[in-house]
Amino acid sequence: MSDLIARLLAAGPVVTDGAWGTELQARGLATGEFPDGWNLTHADCVAEVAQAYVAAGSRVILTNTFGANRVRLAGHALADQVVEINRRGVQISRRAAADRACVFASLGPSGKMLMTGETTEDELAAAFAEQARAVADGGVDAIVIETMSDLAEAKLALAAAKATGLPVVACMVFDAGKDKDRTMMGATPEQVARELTDAGADVIGANCGVGIERYVPVCRRLKAATDRPVWIKANAGLPAMVNGRIVYQTTPEVFASHVPELVKAGASFIGGCCGTSPAFIRAVKQRLGQ
Amino acid sequence: MQDWKPLYDAVLSGDAKAARATTEQAIAAGVDPLTLVHDFMVPAMDEVGRRFECNEYFVPELLISARAMKSCLEIIRPLLTARGDQPVARVAIGTVKGDLHDIGKNLVAAMLEGGGFEVIDLGVNVAPEQFVTAVREKNAQIVAMSALLTTTMPSMKTTIDALKQAGVRGKVKVLIGGAPITQQYADEIGADGYSDNAPAAVALARKNIPAQA
Repeated sequence: MSDLIARLLAAGPVVTDGAWGTELQARGLATGEFPDGWNLTHADCVAEVAQAYVAAGSRVILTNTFGANRVRLAGHALADQVVEINRRGVQISRRAAADRACVFASLGPSGKMLMTGETTEDELAAAFAEQARAVADGGVDAIVIETMSDLAEAKLALAAAKATGLPVVACMVFDAGKDKDRTMMGATPEQVARELTDAGADVIGANCGVGIERYVPVCRRLKAATDRPVWIKANAGLPAMVNGRIVYQTTPEVFASHVPELVKAGASFIGGCCGTSPAFIRAVKQRLGQ
Repeated sequence: MQDWKPLYDAVLSGDAKAARATTEQAIAAGVDPLTLVHDFMVPAMDEVGRRFECNEYFVPELLISARAMKSCLEIIRPLLTARGDQPVARVAIGTVKGDLHDIGKNLVAAMLEGGGFEVIDLGVNVAPEQFVTAVREKNAQIVAMSALLTTTMPSMKTTIDALKQAGVRGKVKVLIGGAPITQQYADEIGADGYSDNAPAAVALARKNIPAQA
Protein backbone atom coordinates (compact mmCIF):
# COMPACT_ATOMS: atom_id res chain seq x y z
CA MET A 1 0.00 0.00 0.00
CA SER A 2 1.31 3.47 -0.78
CA ASP A 3 2.33 5.61 2.21
CA LEU A 4 -0.32 8.17 1.41
CA ILE A 5 -3.17 5.65 1.30
CA ALA A 6 -1.93 3.96 4.48
CA ARG A 7 -1.71 7.30 6.27
CA LEU A 8 -5.21 8.29 5.21
CA LEU A 9 -6.74 4.97 6.27
CA ALA A 10 -5.04 4.96 9.67
CA ALA A 11 -7.82 7.18 11.07
CA GLY A 12 -10.72 4.98 9.89
CA PRO A 13 -12.97 5.34 6.83
CA VAL A 14 -12.02 8.35 4.72
CA VAL A 15 -14.82 10.67 3.69
CA THR A 16 -14.23 12.04 0.19
CA ASP A 17 -16.27 14.67 -1.67
CA GLY A 18 -19.59 14.84 -3.52
CA ALA A 19 -20.71 15.98 -6.97
CA TRP A 20 -19.17 18.97 -8.72
CA GLY A 21 -21.30 19.35 -11.84
CA THR A 22 -24.56 19.96 -9.98
CA GLU A 23 -22.77 22.34 -7.59
CA LEU A 24 -21.41 24.34 -10.53
CA GLN A 25 -24.89 24.47 -12.01
CA ALA A 26 -26.12 26.01 -8.79
CA ARG A 27 -23.52 28.71 -9.50
CA GLY A 28 -24.66 29.34 -13.04
CA LEU A 29 -23.15 26.63 -15.23
CA ALA A 30 -25.62 26.43 -18.12
CA THR A 31 -27.43 23.32 -19.33
CA GLY A 32 -24.99 21.26 -21.37
CA GLU A 33 -22.12 23.66 -20.74
CA PHE A 34 -18.79 21.87 -20.25
CA PRO A 35 -17.88 22.08 -16.52
CA ASP A 36 -14.10 21.66 -16.94
CA GLY A 37 -13.89 24.78 -19.08
CA TRP A 38 -14.83 26.78 -15.97
CA ASN A 39 -11.33 26.15 -14.55
CA LEU A 40 -10.26 28.84 -17.03
CA THR A 41 -13.30 31.09 -17.19
CA HIS A 42 -14.94 30.85 -13.72
CA ALA A 43 -12.13 29.75 -11.42
CA ASP A 44 -13.81 31.50 -8.44
CA CYS A 45 -16.95 29.40 -8.74
CA VAL A 46 -14.95 26.18 -9.06
CA ALA A 47 -12.92 27.23 -6.00
CA GLU A 48 -16.16 27.77 -4.05
CA VAL A 49 -17.21 24.17 -4.69
CA ALA A 50 -13.80 22.87 -3.63
CA GLN A 51 -13.88 25.04 -0.49
CA ALA A 52 -17.42 23.91 0.33
CA TYR A 53 -16.30 20.28 0.37
CA VAL A 54 -13.24 21.03 2.49
CA ALA A 55 -15.47 22.97 4.90
CA ALA A 56 -17.92 20.05 5.00
CA GLY A 57 -15.09 17.81 6.19
CA SER A 58 -13.93 15.98 3.06
CA ARG A 59 -10.48 14.52 3.72
CA VAL A 60 -9.99 13.95 0.02
CA ILE A 61 -11.30 16.30 -2.63
CA LEU A 62 -11.16 15.73 -6.37
CA THR A 63 -10.50 18.17 -9.20
CA ASN A 64 -12.80 19.65 -11.82
CA THR A 65 -11.03 17.70 -14.56
CA PHE A 66 -13.35 14.73 -15.10
CA GLY A 67 -13.79 15.35 -18.82
CA ALA A 68 -10.47 17.06 -19.49
CA ASN A 69 -8.97 14.46 -21.79
CA ARG A 70 -8.13 15.28 -25.41
CA VAL A 71 -10.83 13.03 -26.90
CA ARG A 72 -13.63 14.69 -24.94
CA LEU A 73 -12.22 18.20 -25.10
CA ALA A 74 -12.11 17.93 -28.90
CA GLY A 75 -15.92 17.82 -28.85
CA HIS A 76 -15.90 21.23 -27.18
CA ALA A 77 -13.17 22.71 -29.38
CA LEU A 78 -10.85 22.80 -26.36
CA ALA A 79 -8.34 20.10 -27.37
CA ASP A 80 -5.49 22.60 -27.35
CA GLN A 81 -6.20 23.43 -23.68
CA VAL A 82 -5.76 19.98 -22.15
CA VAL A 83 -2.73 20.89 -20.07
CA GLU A 84 -4.02 24.28 -18.95
CA ILE A 85 -7.47 23.03 -17.89
CA ASN A 86 -5.92 20.20 -15.87
CA ARG A 87 -3.20 22.35 -14.36
CA ARG A 88 -5.71 25.00 -13.28
CA GLY A 89 -8.09 22.34 -11.96
CA VAL A 90 -5.38 20.96 -9.70
CA GLN A 91 -4.33 24.44 -8.62
CA ILE A 92 -7.89 25.38 -7.60
CA SER A 93 -8.42 22.22 -5.52
CA ARG A 94 -4.94 22.41 -4.03
CA ARG A 95 -5.48 25.97 -2.83
CA ALA A 96 -8.88 25.08 -1.33
CA ALA A 97 -7.52 21.97 0.37
CA ALA A 98 -4.48 23.70 1.88
CA ASP A 99 -3.31 21.30 4.58
CA ARG A 100 -6.82 20.13 5.47
CA ALA A 101 -7.45 17.66 2.65
CA CYS A 102 -5.64 15.64 0.01
CA VAL A 103 -6.23 16.32 -3.66
CA PHE A 104 -6.93 13.41 -6.00
CA ALA A 105 -7.25 14.26 -9.70
CA SER A 106 -10.36 13.08 -11.51
CA LEU A 107 -9.93 11.29 -14.84
CA GLY A 108 -13.19 10.27 -16.55
CA PRO A 109 -13.88 8.21 -19.65
CA SER A 110 -13.39 9.37 -23.23
CA GLY A 111 -17.07 9.05 -24.10
CA LYS A 112 -16.16 6.92 -27.12
CA MET A 113 -16.40 3.18 -27.47
CA LEU A 114 -13.43 1.01 -28.35
CA MET A 115 -15.38 -1.94 -29.66
CA THR A 116 -17.35 0.03 -32.23
CA GLY A 117 -14.16 1.57 -33.59
CA GLU A 118 -15.15 5.11 -32.54
CA THR A 119 -11.73 5.35 -30.94
CA THR A 120 -8.59 3.23 -30.72
CA GLU A 121 -6.42 1.93 -27.88
CA ASP A 122 -3.56 4.10 -29.10
CA GLU A 123 -5.69 7.24 -29.14
CA LEU A 124 -7.00 6.56 -25.62
CA ALA A 125 -3.59 5.63 -24.21
CA ALA A 126 -2.14 8.89 -25.55
CA ALA A 127 -5.06 10.98 -24.28
CA PHE A 128 -4.92 9.52 -20.76
CA ALA A 129 -1.12 9.79 -20.66
CA GLU A 130 -1.35 13.47 -21.57
CA GLN A 131 -3.97 14.18 -18.90
CA ALA A 132 -2.23 12.10 -16.21
CA ARG A 133 1.06 13.92 -16.83
CA ALA A 134 -0.70 17.29 -16.67
CA VAL A 135 -2.31 16.61 -13.28
CA ALA A 136 0.88 15.04 -11.94
CA ASP A 137 2.90 18.08 -13.01
CA GLY A 138 0.22 20.24 -11.36
CA GLY A 139 1.02 18.54 -8.05
CA VAL A 140 -1.84 16.20 -7.11
CA ASP A 141 -1.50 13.56 -4.39
CA ALA A 142 -3.11 10.75 -6.36
CA ILE A 143 -5.24 10.04 -9.42
CA VAL A 144 -8.81 8.71 -9.50
CA ILE A 145 -10.04 6.99 -12.63
CA GLU A 146 -13.82 7.10 -12.40
CA THR A 147 -17.14 6.41 -14.11
CA MET A 148 -15.60 3.82 -16.42
CA SER A 149 -17.99 1.41 -18.19
CA ASP A 150 -15.44 -0.59 -20.16
CA LEU A 151 -12.63 -2.48 -18.42
CA ALA A 152 -10.43 -2.15 -21.49
CA GLU A 153 -10.64 1.65 -21.34
CA ALA A 154 -10.24 1.66 -17.54
CA LYS A 155 -7.04 -0.34 -17.86
CA LEU A 156 -5.63 2.04 -20.47
CA ALA A 157 -6.31 4.97 -18.12
CA LEU A 158 -4.87 3.03 -15.19
CA ALA A 159 -1.64 2.28 -17.05
CA ALA A 160 -1.30 5.95 -18.01
CA ALA A 161 -1.94 7.07 -14.42
CA LYS A 162 0.47 4.50 -12.96
CA ALA A 163 3.21 5.78 -15.23
CA THR A 164 3.24 9.04 -13.23
CA GLY A 165 4.30 7.12 -10.11
CA LEU A 166 1.33 8.45 -8.11
CA PRO A 167 -1.11 6.20 -6.21
CA VAL A 168 -4.12 5.37 -8.40
CA VAL A 169 -7.77 4.70 -7.52
CA ALA A 170 -9.61 2.88 -10.31
CA CYS A 171 -13.40 2.71 -10.25
CA MET A 172 -16.15 1.68 -12.55
CA VAL A 173 -19.92 2.12 -12.81
CA PHE A 174 -22.16 -0.82 -11.99
CA ASP A 175 -25.62 -0.06 -13.37
CA ALA A 176 -26.43 -2.83 -15.87
CA GLY A 177 -28.21 -6.15 -15.69
CA LYS A 178 -31.33 -6.88 -13.71
CA ASP A 179 -29.60 -6.51 -10.36
CA LYS A 180 -27.65 -3.45 -11.53
CA ASP A 181 -24.45 -5.17 -10.49
CA ARG A 182 -22.66 -5.31 -13.83
CA THR A 183 -20.81 -2.74 -15.87
CA MET A 184 -22.36 -1.69 -19.16
CA MET A 185 -20.11 -4.22 -20.88
CA GLY A 186 -21.23 -7.00 -18.55
CA ALA A 187 -18.28 -7.27 -16.13
CA THR A 188 -19.02 -8.42 -12.57
CA PRO A 189 -17.55 -6.78 -9.44
CA GLU A 190 -15.31 -9.84 -9.01
CA GLN A 191 -13.95 -9.56 -12.54
CA VAL A 192 -13.41 -5.80 -12.19
CA ALA A 193 -11.66 -6.17 -8.82
CA ARG A 194 -9.37 -8.93 -10.08
CA GLU A 195 -8.43 -7.26 -13.35
CA LEU A 196 -7.84 -3.81 -11.87
CA THR A 197 -5.85 -5.32 -8.99
CA ASP A 198 -3.69 -7.27 -11.43
CA ALA A 199 -3.24 -4.10 -13.46
CA GLY A 200 -1.79 -2.39 -10.41
CA ALA A 201 -4.55 -0.16 -8.99
CA ASP A 202 -3.82 0.94 -5.41
CA VAL A 203 -7.52 1.32 -4.58
CA ILE A 204 -10.49 -0.33 -6.37
CA GLY A 205 -13.93 1.16 -6.48
CA ALA A 206 -17.38 1.89 -7.80
CA ASN A 207 -18.98 5.26 -8.46
CA CYS A 208 -22.14 6.79 -9.94
CA GLY A 209 -24.62 3.93 -10.49
CA VAL A 210 -28.29 3.91 -9.53
CA GLY A 211 -28.18 4.71 -5.81
CA ILE A 212 -26.18 4.00 -2.67
CA GLU A 213 -28.19 0.96 -1.49
CA ARG A 214 -27.24 -0.94 -4.67
CA TYR A 215 -23.57 -0.31 -3.97
CA VAL A 216 -23.57 -2.12 -0.61
CA PRO A 217 -23.55 -5.62 -2.20
CA VAL A 218 -21.24 -4.36 -4.99
CA CYS A 219 -18.80 -3.10 -2.34
CA ARG A 220 -18.90 -6.41 -0.49
CA ARG A 221 -18.14 -8.33 -3.69
CA LEU A 222 -15.31 -5.98 -4.72
CA LYS A 223 -13.77 -6.28 -1.26
CA ALA A 224 -13.94 -10.09 -1.32
CA ALA A 225 -12.10 -10.21 -4.64
CA THR A 226 -9.19 -7.87 -3.89
CA ASP A 227 -6.66 -7.11 -1.16
CA ARG A 228 -6.83 -3.38 -2.01
CA PRO A 229 -8.91 -0.79 -0.14
CA VAL A 230 -12.34 -0.09 -1.68
CA TRP A 231 -13.60 3.34 -2.77
CA ILE A 232 -17.36 3.99 -3.12
CA LYS A 233 -18.99 7.17 -4.44
CA ALA A 234 -22.64 6.50 -5.14
CA ASN A 235 -25.07 8.99 -6.58
CA ALA A 236 -28.19 10.26 -4.85
CA GLY A 237 -30.51 7.80 -6.60
CA LEU A 238 -32.04 8.44 -10.00
CA PRO A 239 -33.44 11.90 -10.64
CA ALA A 240 -37.17 12.48 -10.84
CA MET A 241 -39.32 15.26 -12.23
CA VAL A 242 -41.13 17.22 -9.57
CA ASN A 243 -43.28 20.12 -10.74
CA GLY A 244 -41.26 20.34 -13.93
CA ARG A 245 -37.93 20.46 -12.12
CA ILE A 246 -35.33 17.72 -11.99
CA VAL A 247 -34.56 16.62 -8.46
CA TYR A 248 -32.61 13.83 -6.85
CA GLN A 249 -34.92 12.37 -4.26
CA THR A 250 -32.40 10.81 -1.90
CA THR A 251 -31.87 13.19 1.00
CA PRO A 252 -28.51 13.58 2.79
CA GLU A 253 -29.96 11.73 5.80
CA VAL A 254 -31.22 8.77 3.76
CA PHE A 255 -27.91 8.62 1.90
CA ALA A 256 -25.95 8.69 5.15
CA SER A 257 -28.16 6.00 6.69
CA HIS A 258 -26.59 3.48 4.28
CA VAL A 259 -23.04 4.44 5.21
CA PRO A 260 -22.65 2.06 8.19
CA GLU A 261 -23.63 -0.85 5.90
CA LEU A 262 -21.06 0.33 3.36
CA VAL A 263 -18.35 0.42 6.00
CA LYS A 264 -19.36 -3.07 7.11
CA ALA A 265 -19.19 -4.19 3.49
CA GLY A 266 -15.57 -3.07 3.42
CA ALA A 267 -15.58 0.49 2.06
CA SER A 268 -12.52 2.52 3.09
CA PHE A 269 -13.25 5.67 1.08
CA ILE A 270 -16.81 7.02 0.99
CA GLY A 271 -18.24 9.97 -0.90
CA GLY A 272 -21.00 10.91 -3.31
CA CYS A 273 -21.54 11.21 -7.03
CA CYS A 274 -24.30 12.92 -9.11
CA GLY A 275 -26.88 14.77 -7.03
CA THR A 276 -24.85 14.85 -3.81
CA SER A 277 -23.62 18.06 -2.21
CA PRO A 278 -21.62 19.31 0.80
CA ALA A 279 -24.72 18.62 2.92
CA PHE A 280 -24.40 14.92 2.03
CA ILE A 281 -20.76 14.93 3.08
CA ARG A 282 -21.64 16.56 6.42
CA ALA A 283 -24.34 13.93 6.97
CA VAL A 284 -21.90 11.10 6.17
CA LYS A 285 -19.29 12.54 8.55
CA GLN A 286 -21.87 12.83 11.31
CA ARG A 287 -23.07 9.28 10.76
CA LEU A 288 -19.51 8.03 11.07
CA GLY A 289 -19.05 10.07 14.23
CA GLN A 290 -16.16 12.00 12.70
CA MET B 1 -36.75 -26.90 -48.72
CA GLN B 2 -33.41 -26.17 -47.17
CA ASP B 3 -33.24 -25.05 -43.59
CA TRP B 4 -31.64 -21.66 -43.13
CA LYS B 5 -31.24 -21.96 -39.37
CA PRO B 6 -27.48 -21.36 -39.73
CA LEU B 7 -28.47 -17.77 -40.56
CA TYR B 8 -30.36 -17.54 -37.25
CA ASP B 9 -27.36 -19.02 -35.42
CA ALA B 10 -24.89 -16.70 -37.13
CA VAL B 11 -26.86 -13.56 -36.21
CA LEU B 12 -27.39 -14.80 -32.66
CA SER B 13 -23.69 -15.49 -32.16
CA GLY B 14 -22.67 -12.35 -34.02
CA ASP B 15 -20.74 -14.16 -36.73
CA ALA B 16 -21.03 -11.58 -39.51
CA LYS B 17 -19.00 -13.60 -41.98
CA ALA B 18 -21.16 -16.70 -41.68
CA ALA B 19 -24.35 -14.60 -41.64
CA ARG B 20 -23.37 -12.91 -44.87
CA ALA B 21 -22.30 -16.15 -46.56
CA THR B 22 -25.54 -17.91 -45.60
CA THR B 23 -27.59 -14.97 -46.81
CA GLU B 24 -25.83 -15.05 -50.17
CA GLN B 25 -26.35 -18.80 -50.48
CA ALA B 26 -30.03 -18.50 -49.67
CA ILE B 27 -30.59 -15.70 -52.15
CA ALA B 28 -28.75 -17.70 -54.81
CA ALA B 29 -31.02 -20.65 -54.00
CA GLY B 30 -34.02 -18.44 -54.71
CA VAL B 31 -35.28 -17.80 -51.17
CA ASP B 32 -37.37 -14.64 -50.81
CA PRO B 33 -35.21 -12.08 -48.98
CA LEU B 34 -38.14 -11.08 -46.75
CA THR B 35 -38.46 -14.70 -45.62
CA LEU B 36 -34.85 -14.57 -44.50
CA VAL B 37 -35.51 -11.38 -42.56
CA HIS B 38 -38.76 -12.44 -40.93
CA ASP B 39 -38.13 -16.13 -40.32
CA PHE B 40 -34.50 -16.10 -39.29
CA MET B 41 -32.92 -12.70 -38.72
CA VAL B 42 -35.64 -10.95 -36.72
CA PRO B 43 -36.21 -14.02 -34.49
CA ALA B 44 -32.44 -14.12 -33.89
CA MET B 45 -32.44 -10.44 -32.85
CA ASP B 46 -35.46 -11.12 -30.62
CA GLU B 47 -33.49 -13.89 -28.94
CA VAL B 48 -30.56 -11.48 -28.55
CA GLY B 49 -32.95 -9.12 -26.76
CA ARG B 50 -34.26 -11.90 -24.57
CA ARG B 51 -30.74 -12.93 -23.57
CA PHE B 52 -29.94 -9.29 -22.81
CA GLU B 53 -32.96 -9.12 -20.49
CA CYS B 54 -31.77 -12.31 -18.74
CA ASN B 55 -28.20 -11.03 -18.25
CA GLU B 56 -26.81 -13.65 -20.62
CA TYR B 57 -25.90 -10.99 -23.16
CA PHE B 58 -24.47 -7.54 -22.52
CA VAL B 59 -23.58 -4.62 -24.74
CA PRO B 60 -20.66 -6.33 -26.55
CA GLU B 61 -22.89 -9.23 -27.63
CA LEU B 62 -25.64 -6.82 -28.72
CA LEU B 63 -23.20 -4.92 -30.86
CA ILE B 64 -21.74 -7.90 -32.66
CA SER B 65 -25.18 -9.39 -33.36
CA ALA B 66 -26.44 -6.05 -34.66
CA ARG B 67 -23.36 -5.84 -36.85
CA ALA B 68 -23.99 -9.35 -38.26
CA MET B 69 -27.61 -8.44 -38.96
CA LYS B 70 -26.56 -5.22 -40.63
CA SER B 71 -24.12 -6.98 -42.93
CA CYS B 72 -26.95 -9.27 -44.10
CA LEU B 73 -29.24 -6.33 -44.61
CA GLU B 74 -26.64 -4.69 -46.81
CA ILE B 75 -27.21 -7.57 -49.23
CA ILE B 76 -30.96 -7.71 -48.78
CA ARG B 77 -31.90 -4.02 -48.72
CA PRO B 78 -31.01 -3.32 -52.41
CA LEU B 79 -33.06 -6.33 -53.47
CA LEU B 80 -36.06 -5.07 -51.53
CA THR B 81 -35.66 -1.52 -52.79
CA ALA B 82 -35.42 -2.81 -56.39
CA ARG B 83 -38.81 -4.43 -56.09
CA GLY B 84 -40.36 -1.49 -54.30
CA ASP B 85 -40.46 -2.78 -50.70
CA GLN B 86 -40.08 -0.07 -48.06
CA PRO B 87 -38.08 -0.33 -44.84
CA VAL B 88 -40.10 -0.97 -41.68
CA ALA B 89 -40.03 2.74 -40.88
CA ARG B 90 -37.69 5.70 -40.90
CA VAL B 91 -36.28 6.89 -37.57
CA ALA B 92 -34.50 10.18 -36.95
CA ILE B 93 -32.27 9.64 -33.94
CA GLY B 94 -30.02 12.01 -32.02
CA THR B 95 -28.62 13.06 -28.66
CA VAL B 96 -30.39 16.26 -27.65
CA LYS B 97 -29.09 19.78 -27.65
CA GLY B 98 -26.34 20.45 -25.13
CA ASP B 99 -25.47 16.78 -24.76
CA LEU B 100 -22.45 15.25 -26.48
CA HIS B 101 -22.86 11.66 -25.29
CA ASP B 102 -23.27 9.24 -28.14
CA ILE B 103 -22.67 5.72 -26.84
CA GLY B 104 -26.28 4.99 -25.90
CA LYS B 105 -27.62 6.67 -29.00
CA ASN B 106 -25.24 4.70 -31.24
CA LEU B 107 -26.26 1.44 -29.59
CA VAL B 108 -29.94 2.11 -30.17
CA ALA B 109 -29.22 3.19 -33.77
CA ALA B 110 -27.30 -0.04 -34.43
CA MET B 111 -30.09 -2.15 -32.95
CA LEU B 112 -32.76 -0.28 -34.93
CA GLU B 113 -30.83 -0.84 -38.16
CA GLY B 114 -30.51 -4.48 -37.18
CA GLY B 115 -34.27 -4.49 -36.72
CA GLY B 116 -34.88 -3.35 -40.29
CA PHE B 117 -35.47 0.36 -39.65
CA GLU B 118 -33.96 3.04 -41.80
CA VAL B 119 -32.00 5.23 -39.41
CA ILE B 120 -31.18 8.88 -39.97
CA ASP B 121 -28.47 9.55 -37.41
CA LEU B 122 -28.46 13.26 -36.59
CA GLY B 123 -25.49 12.88 -34.24
CA VAL B 124 -25.02 14.63 -30.89
CA ASN B 125 -26.00 18.10 -29.66
CA VAL B 126 -28.99 18.03 -32.02
CA ALA B 127 -31.09 21.19 -31.96
CA PRO B 128 -34.91 20.89 -31.95
CA GLU B 129 -35.02 22.43 -35.44
CA GLN B 130 -32.84 19.62 -36.80
CA PHE B 131 -35.35 17.04 -35.59
CA VAL B 132 -38.16 19.10 -37.16
CA THR B 133 -36.25 19.24 -40.46
CA ALA B 134 -35.72 15.47 -40.45
CA VAL B 135 -39.45 14.98 -40.04
CA ARG B 136 -40.41 17.56 -42.65
CA GLU B 137 -37.82 16.92 -45.32
CA LYS B 138 -36.83 13.30 -44.79
CA ASN B 139 -40.21 12.01 -43.69
CA ALA B 140 -38.97 10.44 -40.49
CA GLN B 141 -41.91 8.63 -38.87
CA ILE B 142 -40.24 8.21 -35.51
CA VAL B 143 -38.10 10.69 -33.58
CA ALA B 144 -35.79 8.99 -31.08
CA MET B 145 -34.00 11.21 -28.55
CA SER B 146 -31.23 10.40 -26.11
CA ALA B 147 -29.84 12.33 -23.12
CA LEU B 148 -27.27 11.23 -20.58
CA LEU B 149 -27.34 14.35 -18.45
CA THR B 150 -30.08 15.50 -16.14
CA THR B 151 -29.16 18.98 -17.27
CA THR B 152 -29.95 18.24 -20.91
CA MET B 153 -33.15 16.24 -20.37
CA PRO B 154 -35.26 19.41 -20.72
CA SER B 155 -34.11 19.63 -24.37
CA MET B 156 -36.41 16.65 -25.00
CA LYS B 157 -39.41 18.72 -24.03
CA THR B 158 -38.15 21.66 -26.08
CA THR B 159 -37.91 19.37 -29.10
CA ILE B 160 -41.44 18.04 -28.62
CA ASP B 161 -42.64 21.65 -28.36
CA ALA B 162 -40.79 22.49 -31.58
CA LEU B 163 -42.43 19.54 -33.36
CA LYS B 164 -45.82 20.83 -32.17
CA GLN B 165 -45.10 24.37 -33.29
CA ALA B 166 -44.03 23.12 -36.70
CA GLY B 167 -47.34 21.28 -36.94
CA VAL B 168 -45.73 17.87 -37.37
CA ARG B 169 -46.16 16.38 -33.90
CA GLY B 170 -49.18 14.36 -35.09
CA LYS B 171 -47.15 12.80 -37.90
CA VAL B 172 -44.46 11.28 -35.71
CA LYS B 173 -44.01 9.13 -32.69
CA VAL B 174 -41.50 10.41 -30.16
CA LEU B 175 -39.42 7.90 -28.22
CA ILE B 176 -36.88 8.81 -25.55
CA GLY B 177 -34.16 7.14 -23.52
CA GLY B 178 -30.94 7.67 -21.58
CA ALA B 179 -29.59 7.06 -18.09
CA PRO B 180 -31.64 9.67 -16.19
CA ILE B 181 -34.88 9.13 -18.16
CA THR B 182 -37.87 7.43 -16.58
CA GLN B 183 -41.37 6.51 -17.76
CA GLN B 184 -42.64 9.24 -15.49
CA TYR B 185 -40.54 11.80 -17.33
CA ALA B 186 -41.73 10.48 -20.70
CA ASP B 187 -45.33 10.90 -19.56
CA GLU B 188 -44.65 14.32 -18.14
CA ILE B 189 -43.29 15.73 -21.41
CA GLY B 190 -45.78 13.89 -23.63
CA ALA B 191 -43.41 11.43 -25.35
CA ASP B 192 -44.99 8.35 -26.93
CA GLY B 193 -42.62 5.93 -25.32
CA TYR B 194 -39.54 5.29 -23.21
CA SER B 195 -37.15 2.40 -23.05
CA ASP B 196 -34.27 1.75 -20.69
CA ASN B 197 -32.24 -0.45 -23.03
CA ALA B 198 -31.40 -0.87 -26.70
CA PRO B 199 -33.22 -4.14 -27.54
CA ALA B 200 -36.36 -2.88 -25.81
CA ALA B 201 -36.07 0.33 -27.86
CA VAL B 202 -36.44 -1.75 -31.04
CA ALA B 203 -39.55 -3.48 -29.69
CA LEU B 204 -40.90 -0.06 -28.68
CA ALA B 205 -40.20 1.37 -32.13
CA ARG B 206 -42.03 -1.56 -33.74
CA LYS B 207 -45.06 -0.82 -31.57
CA ASN B 208 -44.90 2.83 -32.56
CA ILE B 209 -44.81 2.66 -36.33
CA PRO B 210 -47.39 5.22 -37.39
CA ALA B 211 -50.09 4.04 -39.79
CA GLN B 212 -49.17 5.02 -43.36
CA ALA B 213 -50.85 8.24 -44.36
